[in-house]
Amino acid sequence: MARNVSTRRKLAVTAVAWTIGILIFFPILWTFLTSFKTEAQAIASPPAFLFFDWTTENYFEVQSRSNYFKHFMNSVVVSFGSTLLGLIIAIPAAWAMAFAPTKRTKDVLMWMLSTKMMPPVGVLVPMYLMFRNSGLLDTRTGLVIVLTLINLPIIIWMLYTYFKEIPGEILEAARMDGASLAKEIIYVLTPMAIPGIASTLLLNIILAWNEAFWTLNLSAAKAAPLTAFIASYSSPEGLFYAKLSAASTMAIAPILILGWFSQKQLVRGLTFGAVK
Amino acid sequence: MNLRTFLLGTCSAVALAGLAQAETLTIATVNNGDMIRMQKLTDDFTSKNPDIQLEWVTLEENVLRQRVTTDIATKGGQYDIMTIGTYEVPIWAKQGWLLPLDNLGADYDVDDLLPAIRSGLTIDGKLYAAPFYGESSMVMYRKDLFEKAGLTMPDAPTWDFIAEAARKITDKDNEIYGICLRGKAGWGENMAFLTATANAFGARWFDEKWQPQFDQPEWKNTLDFYVKLMNDAGPPGASSNGFNENLSLFQTGKCGMWIDATVAASFVTNPKESTVADKVGFALAPDTGLGKRGNWLWAWNLAIPAGSQKTEAAEKFIAWATGKDYLKLVAEKEGWANVPPGTRTSLYENPEYQKAAPFAKMTLDSINAADPKNPAVKPVPYVGVQFVAIPEFQGLGTAVGQVFSAALAGQMSVDQALASAQQLSTREMTKAGYIK
Repeated sequence: MARNVSTRRKLAVTAVAWTIGILIFFPILWTFLTSFKTEAQAIASPPAFLFFDWTTENYFEVQSRSNYFKHFMNSVVVSFGSTLLGLIIAIPAAWAMAFAPTKRTKDVLMWMLSTKMMPPVGVLVPMYLMFRNSGLLDTRTGLVIVLTLINLPIIIWMLYTYFKEIPGEILEAARMDGASLAKEIIYVLTPMAIPGIASTLLLNIILAWNEAFWTLNLSAAKAAPLTAFIASYSSPEGLFYAKLSAASTMAIAPILILGWFSQKQLVRGLTFGAVK
Repeated sequence: MNLRTFLLGTCSAVALAGLAQAETLTIATVNNGDMIRMQKLTDDFTSKNPDIQLEWVTLEENVLRQRVTTDIATKGGQYDIMTIGTYEVPIWAKQGWLLPLDNLGADYDVDDLLPAIRSGLTIDGKLYAAPFYGESSMVMYRKDLFEKAGLTMPDAPTWDFIAEAARKITDKDNEIYGICLRGKAGWGENMAFLTATANAFGARWFDEKWQPQFDQPEWKNTLDFYVKLMNDAGPPGASSNGFNENLSLFQTGKCGMWIDATVAASFVTNPKESTVADKVGFALAPDTGLGKRGNWLWAWNLAIPAGSQKTEAAEKFIAWATGKDYLKLVAEKEGWANVPPGTRTSLYENPEYQKAAPFAKMTLDSINAADPKNPAVKPVPYVGVQFVAIPEFQGLGTAVGQVFSAALAGQMSVDQALASAQQLSTREMTKAGYIK
């Protein structure tokens, strides 16, 4: 039943929503603005908001000092690669747990989630040794594997929640018609779960893009993604805020644009099943 | 062409390609001005050594430290040359993680390295890392504010004079604070400054039997003095100020004095970045008449990890980057003021450098006044001026730094902070087996 919402209330809610939105977005906006300032303007107090001599010098400096494109390609390969690999493993796993649960399914789910509860630095040395021994240090393959593993619990959990919303009878009907298990997953389940899969995919790409612990620690020169690119502009002895801001803007721009275009999918997927 | 000629041709082509393929050195370094300059100038090295290519991994200092420590401790072999600090060199050399630098070439002139810096990198008579640039700490002050207040800064001030001047200059209504000092917690942040200052007050971290000394009156004097001074004459929120925050305060004209790394001198005198570039004077770090000045000693050095396959090429690069000719190269391309300071005696004897860098003499005097083997007034079992060169110090120093930072913020009293520092360092040192 639709409720009558007064205009005043609507206005208030809108104002609150905008305030929260601007508060959250402000640091990104500030980084963007700082990237067009000189180093002296970047630390000026009181700071200039819009009225300063805009300069693109920082972007040229960053371009001339590091190979942005190499880091960008590494980020793309690593985040898309790990997400796709993760989905290939997670879709059958989530299917099994949603449609063929056993009495241990809940425990398995909790156990998977529990792997996210440990601080990653706790396993840094053993991981590093394994990577060294298998020659995976500083390779994109290595980063794809490790990001798949750390994001797998989240992918499975999200997919499991979406799959649970799909009536099992539809799958049963497909089976009655003689569809094999693979066909059932590929032709019946996947198309119905597309919104869920899409939002899982997007969220996971964002998570993998921003992952800064493993990507920094397991890469050196060749496979270093954009997180290493940003880290190379941060300095405890010297103020390079404008250059750091330029580097940050360049690093987040691709994923921000991707998020912008797909926000409808993201929101729809995240609220999928919330309203009946 | 028959099959044999074809195969032979292919084989020799492959062999030639193998020969022509350059050796690639991966170099891990920090994002400091002097290192960035070095990256820009590497064409000079590669044109002289066409068979060696360089690949740079530049990271923020703390990220780099964690990254290279993991790699060297697991013998990961990701880097052929590492940029490490004076803190790491003695610890890593003792672990057998570094190769001694024996073949830096005939014209390298090891004896030209500043003795204070060189002694920190030499273990059992062998040099384990070559200094790229060195620094100490000193007082940077605003000549105009001192003049206005009718004060004259001596070349070698005492802490009493500094405190008096700081309180006199402070004009909180106009956002001018007499003194800016580090307050942000961290072994390389506030503890670097406080450990060095404590040396001047006669305090020490440990006695000869590794017993922590925070329950002694010298530490109480140090911390009391620091907290009172900062409350009276320091900027608001000083407990979250590190090097960068103070640099930005000083450059925007909000600090009367700043005691910090000598490397800051080139930033605050650079008219492009600093609004007070032509008003800065320098003095030695202050003392209290006990014979030690609160100035530290640090150098960023290039070292080769043990087990490296490319030792010869790596040594060639280190000799290039830390040699005399490199200083000339920087001077030629970017001017003498931008030459990496604090490593070679010959640089400080160069009249052109003395003319271009007004802070040269003060930097040299500060470095020479630091003695890492005898840092405190009383004897100590450790090496290091603003740190204690034991592996446990990173964790312990940061933990103590947190309580001292809390004391500065007024969250606990000086006595509480010292008691807590004493307790946690006794626990750590017992656990690590130093206290029997």
